[in-house]
Amino acid sequence: MASKSRRSAGSAGQSAVKTGAQIIVDTLIEQGVETMFGYTGGVVLPLFDKLYDAPINFIVPRHEQGGCHMADAYARASGKVGVIVATSGPGACNLVTGLATAMMDSVPMVALTGQVRTELIGNDAFQEADTTGITRPVTKYNSIVKDIKDLARTIREAFHIASTGRPGPVLVDLPVDVAVSKYNAKDSSEMKLPGYRIFAKGHAKQVASAAKAINKSKRPVLYVGGGVITANAAKELRELAEKAHIPVTMTLLGLGSYDQRKPESLDMLGMHGSAYANYAVQECDLLIAVGARFDDRVTGKIETFAPHAMTIHIDIDPSSISKNVRVDIPVVGDAKIILGELAQQVEYQEREDWFKKIAEWKKKFAFRYDQNSTTIKPQYVIEEICRQTTNKAVITTGVGQNQMWAAQFYKFIEPRQFISSGGLGTMGFGLPAAIGAQVAKPRATVIDIDGDHSFNMTMTELATAVEHNLPIKVCILNNGYMGMVRQWQELFYGKRYSKSYLKNPDYEAIAKAMGAVGMTVEKKDDVPGAVKKMLAEKKPCVVDFRVEAEENVWPMVPAGKSLSEMDGLDILERLI
Amino acid sequence: MKHIISALVENKPGVLAHVAGMFAARGFNIDSLVVGRTEDPDLSRMTIVVIGDDRVVEQVRKQLAKIVPVVKVQDFVGQPVVARDLMLIVVSAPPEKRPEILALIEVFRAKVVDIGQKFIMIEVSGPEAKIEAFINMCRPYGIKNVARTGTIAMPRQFKMDIREGQNST
Repeated sequence: MASKSRRSAGSAGQSAVKTGAQIIVDTLIEQGVETMFGYTGGVVLPLFDKLYDAPINFIVPRHEQGGCHMADAYARASGKVGVIVATSGPGACNLVTGLATAMMDSVPMVALTGQVRTELIGNDAFQEADTTGITRPVTKYNSIVKDIKDLARTIREAFHIASTGRPGPVLVDLPVDVAVSKYNAKDSSEMKLPGYRIFAKGHAKQVASAAKAINKSKRPVLYVGGGVITANAAKELRELAEKAHIPVTMTLLGLGSYDQRKPESLDMLGMHGSAYANYAVQECDLLIAVGARFDDRVTGKIETFAPHAMTIHIDIDPSSISKNVRVDIPVVGDAKIILGELAQQVEYQEREDWFKKIAEWKKKFAFRYDQNSTTIKPQYVIEEICRQTTNKAVITTGVGQNQMWAAQFYKFIEPRQFISSGGLGTMGFGLPAAIGAQVAKPRATVIDIDGDHSFNMTMTELATAVEHNLPIKVCILNNGYMGMVRQWQELFYGKRYSKSYLKNPDYEAIAKAMGAVGMTVEKKDDVPGAVKKMLAEKKPCVVDFRVEAEENVWPMVPAGKSLSEMDGLDILERLI
Repeated sequence: MKHIISALVENKPGVLAHVAGMFAARGFNIDSLVVGRTEDPDLSRMTIVVIGDDRVVEQVRKQLAKIVPVVKVQDFVGQPVVARDLMLIVVSAPPEKRPEILALIEVFRAKVVDIGQKFIMIEVSGPEAKIEAFINMCRPYGIKNVARTGTIAMPRQFKMDIREGQNST
């Protein structure tokens, strides 16, 4: 990602005595921040006083974790840096889950946290926590500013680090005395990052050998991850796939990088990926991994992953390469540049047998569910949403079955359309993520496809959506269970549903009490009408779909098995 | 296999915690870690001895390089290097044993740095194997205390004579 720092704004180069808080706000504006999220508190009062009349759209969540997910989804939906502010101690601690979520999924974010006065640090002062210590493993970088002279530079560096290379969250801890002290801010402090290097341009020789391998391959597969979306490289990916005629499978975070309506799309791979993607990976002779990291949910048993394939791995993070699997042709660099160069060097090939085989698999093992069921199947709800939004909605999810079904049954066509916590698997992500995405894209239809228990975790943020008139839609696939846990308990723990069933509240009543629209759908026939009504709503809208309680996600690669050893294929075949 | 990794890092707070935290979080084992200033006040050098196969050590190197305040990482494996440890050791030394111990110190080119009625404190530096050997030789007299630095290392500047260099002493 290129950094888009704007150096023109008021402060640069001018000399004026400013407080630390003013320097922070001016630097945020200079960095192009138009929207930020945050929650106030004791030690951030000076900063919030300066934000009172700053030209920044500010969203206050009901809990800092929610705000952190909002900033994260804002970044994922827009490609800009998401900004979250929290106070010291509990405020900062409440960011940890959100930062870890963004870290695992490489999302560009800057977190600003208040800190107690410098002379109190280490004294167990009121609302003191060792924020940089606590957040170090869940940020790309963090630092504490103890001298106002370093303030503007540190914030600038935070934006640069967050948004370049393999992006990630960066936290800056700000003691309150720095925010209130004054400094003659002749603001020319340049970034000082001697240890930070980005390898954007791929090695020409490596790119050439990758192109040669592609041209020689009879059964290639492109395996693309979130890195392609982060790098804004979907266009180049599509050029390469079409020009060289290569089927494309996507990770959960890669969804949207390739148009899933096209015949080359193998949809998602991995534990709950499509059988045709998993078979294609296991039988390919060349695997071209782009912006993906061979996660265990993708590879299954690593020793038997893509056993016949030569592997090309394109990634901007050198430490991703050969971390989990040995790679034959590593290319370190920006996916956009490298895919663009590859597209120039490859030749079209029919690969008739390969695509014929893939078409057969696609036909035989399409994602299916029982359409004749009298109950509401969760997959049906998602298909109906996909149909009525003509594949164009921005979808956020909770974590678990709801997330997997959304990934399987909504067919995405554009990047940044699917926003989900992949690496960390953070339940409760869906609702705040929908808010963040809606703030980033006010005109888009933003739908949170959620589970009942994921929704339970952060549903307080509905109040935030109502306050800001955000027309988000929340579709709760309500089965009463923590569905994915229940599925594992059914399959691997003899149906002992230990602590995975909870009594849910009346979501329709909660929605209404919070000032949103609430609906409950109990009959299958009512689904299309409810979806239509929901899409027409201008207010935040929560629809409680009472779905089949014990539906399972198929296919499934059990943990520790090879990708080709999927369970549930017989079920899919029976449903043809 | 033992690898000596040398990392030039920015001299600022939190860097050691970041490096140590990364090793712990990713399950890499540190055999020793030495941090010290360099000729440049903005930079420190960390010398880290890691035991692991090539793939593990490659990850260690890459993960270290990824840490923002880490400026440069080198793995000295297969290179001619000078590697040294420093040790202070307090050995029981009653008068009748002193000549023997002083002879031992002479052989190891060690130094007496403190002396009392019953003990002497000795400073030894050298490759790790020499330090280990010296400790073993002192055992029969009774060791009261040992403080060791861990390894610091630098590649040899003149690489003309590879044979000499390979013997990394």
